[in-house]
Amino acid sequence: MDIQLLADRPTAEERAAVDEVLGPPVSSWDGARQRRPVDEHVAFGGSAARAGRHLLLPALHALQDAIGAVSRGGLNYICERLTIPPAEAYGVAAFYHLLTVDAPGTPVAYVCDDIACRGAGVADLLGELDAGREDGTRIETSPCLGQCHAGSAAYVHRPGVPAHRVGVAPASAPGVLGALRGNAPAQAGAIPVPQPVTDRRVLRRVGAVDPASLDSYREHGGYAALAWAVERGPEEIVAEVEASRLMGRGGAAFPAGVKWRAVAGQPGPRYVICNADESEPGTFKDRVLLEYDPFAVIEAMTIAGLAVGAATGYLYIRGEYPLAEERLRAALDQARHAGLLGPVSMSGMFDFDIEIRRGGGAYICGEETALFNSIEGYRGEPRQKPPFPTEAGLFSRPTLVNNVETLVNVLDIVSEGGAAYAATGTESSTGTKLFCLSRDIATPGVYEFPFGITLGDVLEAAGGVTGELAAVLVGGAAGSFIGPDRLDTPLTFEGARAAGISLGSGVVMPFAVGTDFADITRRIAAFFEEETCGQCVPCRVGVVRQGEALGRLTTGRSRTDEVALIDDIARAMRDASICGLGHTASGAIQSAIALDLIGVS
Amino acid sequence: MTIELRIDGVPIEVEDGATVLDALQLAGLDTPTLCYGPNLTPVNACRVCMVEVEGSRTLVPACSRPAEPDMVVSTNTDRVRHSRRLVLEFLASSVDLSVAPGVGAWLDEYGAEPSRFGADRATVGQPVKVQDDLYIRDYAKCILCYKCVEACGVDAQNTFAISVAGRGFEATISTEFDVALPDSACVYCGNCIGVCPTGALMFKTEFDMRENGTWDEDRQTVTETICSFCGVGCSLELFVQDNRIVKVLSPLDHDVTDGHLCIKGRFGWEHIQ
Ligand SMILES: Cc1cc2nc3c(=O)[nH]c(=O)nc-3n(C[C@H](O)[C@H](O)[C@H](O)COP(=O)(O)O)c2cc1C
Ligand code: SF4
Ligand code: SF4
Ligand code: FES
Repeated sequence: MDIQLLADRPTAEERAAVDEVLGPPVSSWDGARQRRPVDEHVAFGGSAARAGRHLLLPALHALQDAIGAVSRGGLNYICERLTIPPAEAYGVAAFYHLLTVDAPGTPVAYVCDDIACRGAGVADLLGELDAGREDGTRIETSPCLGQCHAGSAAYVHRPGVPAHRVGVAPASAPGVLGALRGNAPAQAGAIPVPQPVTDRRVLRRVGAVDPASLDSYREHGGYAALAWAVERGPEEIVAEVEASRLMGRGGAAFPAGVKWRAVAGQPGPRYVICNADESEPGTFKDRVLLEYDPFAVIEAMTIAGLAVGAATGYLYIRGEYPLAEERLRAALDQARHAGLLGPVSMSGMFDFDIEIRRGGGAYICGEETALFNSIEGYRGEPRQKPPFPTEAGLFSRPTLVNNVETLVNVLDIVSEGGAAYAATGTESSTGTKLFCLSRDIATPGVYEFPFGITLGDVLEAAGGVTGELAAVLVGGAAGSFIGPDRLDTPLTFEGARAAGISLGSGVVMPFAVGTDFADITRRIAAFFEEETCGQCVPCRVGVVRQGEALGRLTTGRSRTDEVALIDDIARAMRDASICGLGHTASGAIQSAIALDLIGVS
Repeated sequence: MTIELRIDGVPIEVEDGATVLDALQLAGLDTPTLCYGPNLTPVNACRVCMVEVEGSRTLVPACSRPAEPDMVVSTNTDRVRHSRRLVLEFLASSVDLSVAPGVGAWLDEYGAEPSRFGADRATVGQPVKVQDDLYIRDYAKCILCYKCVEACGVDAQNTFAISVAGRGFEATISTEFDVALPDSACVYCGNCIGVCPTGALMFKTEFDMRENGTWDEDRQTVTETICSFCGVGCSLELFVQDNRIVKVLSPLDHDVTDGHLCIKGRFGWEHIQ
């Protein structure tokens, strides 16, 4: 491909940052400054050069990390190295909220002002930060940062080599300002897992195991499941997952066994992806697993790779989860070193390795097909299904995508057997479920219960609602509100369906009487306006029209008008959007209207 | 091989590999489309061609969905009409569709009332980009159908001068860092103009004449001829008003061009007038 580059050249710093990801250039054809005599006589480019496209996002992150922005010269250098047209690379960079394309680099603090942290003094915090920040630093608001139990949170990025990337939760003004100056955050608070270890299964190693130590993981039973899996082989692993009737925990509640069977039956090469992009407002369970039990995620991915016959797994981690990423990278190194990953995994029994990919601040990239595009180096826009990922997923190959929690369940399924696993829970919802409790609750955190527990009992177990309960948001921004008269709803997949709600990612967020629901629902509407990829018309324009109608409704214009309009918009988004974001973008708002939480004067 | 499917109760046979839209066209059903182009890979982004397919939870884009044996397709249900209406209302309420051919008739047919979203609704209104003498880009008229990006990219020109940038309602078609077109990779083939369904991309001649109030399609003739610049044999449609060429297209179904040209055929006609 003959591509036209910009005239801008990279600085030495930018060049070094990009080379760190891509390796040094081999010839002046792909960006080396010195022309070698042989360069006159070689052909360079073509599909070999373009095959590196999946390194675009990592290279953009490298620039952002080093200088705090994707500069013209830096972008141009990436394009030269990877044979990507600058307009396309720019289109990709401008898609991600954590990449800066329109301003010089600065240290920046993203402060959560989403529904769980909202009201908890976030306006005061933003005011203090604005007054206290040094020149040449930025304060931005952010959608949910997955630290909801803390009640306030920030993600701070200070460019440099290496960049200083830290989560601050709870977020005080001095803490955030210190992080902007490069200070490590004060000691993190307690692990947000309040239940005693005897009540936990998927969470049982959290807090007990040393996340930095493979030995410690082994002492807690780690890698026994993989040893079993290697011994029994792919067919038996898949059969156990089928027998377990495990349902996906990422939101769509699809039977895992069906996916594993389908991918295993497709021609290779095949891929495995662990979806760790956790961005549903109110959700922080995957982060807890990733930060406090990283080897479990890696072991489970390895078993998945073995079962479906994949040589490469990708772990797509949310960009705002620096601690989880750091711990996973360290754990991967140890696992490789111990021969548990890599070309001769488990003494040559199979061949599997894992690459980490960091998201760029885009909720939509948690949607599995958008995630493929993101890894492949394209804009994170979902694809129309069919074809389904099991047939044509990452790089158009058969791909198994599972959520972090789904995968960690597989360890017990393999160790105990699928049938034994299925003895817990209900007929259609087997095993245990992680619930994320935050907002107006006595003891926020991640809780684990066997399926079958009711909404009321979950709230009770977390110490009860602080104040009088007005409504519970189940499933996050993509979920719906449910009233205090429905506390007997069983939080199973079938129970939720019967109640007309969805468990989604396991968010259980109670709101007390006195909550400003107009403000909360407007924040939810704004979330979808910020996070829609913009590809399809019903969602791109629908979420904006929904936000406008909600704005009028909650500031006192004719209620019937606006409600009918919102219903019309919602129906079109549900019927005609490409992906689940558009399908679910109205649920919370419509349920709030139905419960009279908003719009009545 | 052929496939039989049912459309609104009527059996229709299509070739294997045909889309639902092909079947709808064979059945003589007028289906609105905006992002679809016979010479482009379907992106199914505009969602105006949606139909109901039995067994599918959501509606299905006719333009990209392959026809399958025994598929049961409905086009005239309340759900389909509602979706098409809302999509048209979303577009007409946010984008200037005043010169988009065909859209007015669909707005009538589906009873669209874009004004019901209120007078202070957000639009994509923005200044026109006039950066050279050949064509203009008026993204206030852009529905983000991706057609120009595809024509500039792998579907025709392989130049990749433009891409979708940004996200959500703020997303636009852009060069890298929004540099002016003459500074970008653009080679002025004008293939993006040829596929744009809304007039957002427009010959400078047409743009100027519209500004001056002299653009008058009733007074235009279309002359088909073969481009004389080289031996490829591209078919040209010369749009002529008052004895002057005002724009040049190529038929979308032409064997040689698929509707696409190069800068010479597209813009190199000043010397003959
Ligand atoms: C807008 C959107 C965002 C999503 N975000 C996530 C996410 O952050 N993590 C996740 O596991 N699944 C997410 N999903 C669901 C994935 O598309 C997919 O269903 C899931 O990863 C499959 O894994 P599971 O079967 O183990 O649940 C999202 C879906 C949509 C529509
Ligand atoms: S539904 Fe929304 S997020 Fe999904 S593809 Fe369409 S515009 Fe993008
Ligand atoms: S400029 Fe025209 S062709 Fe390009 S996306 Fe906009 S409407 Fe489509
Ligand atoms: S024409 Fe089918 S989605 Fe646009």
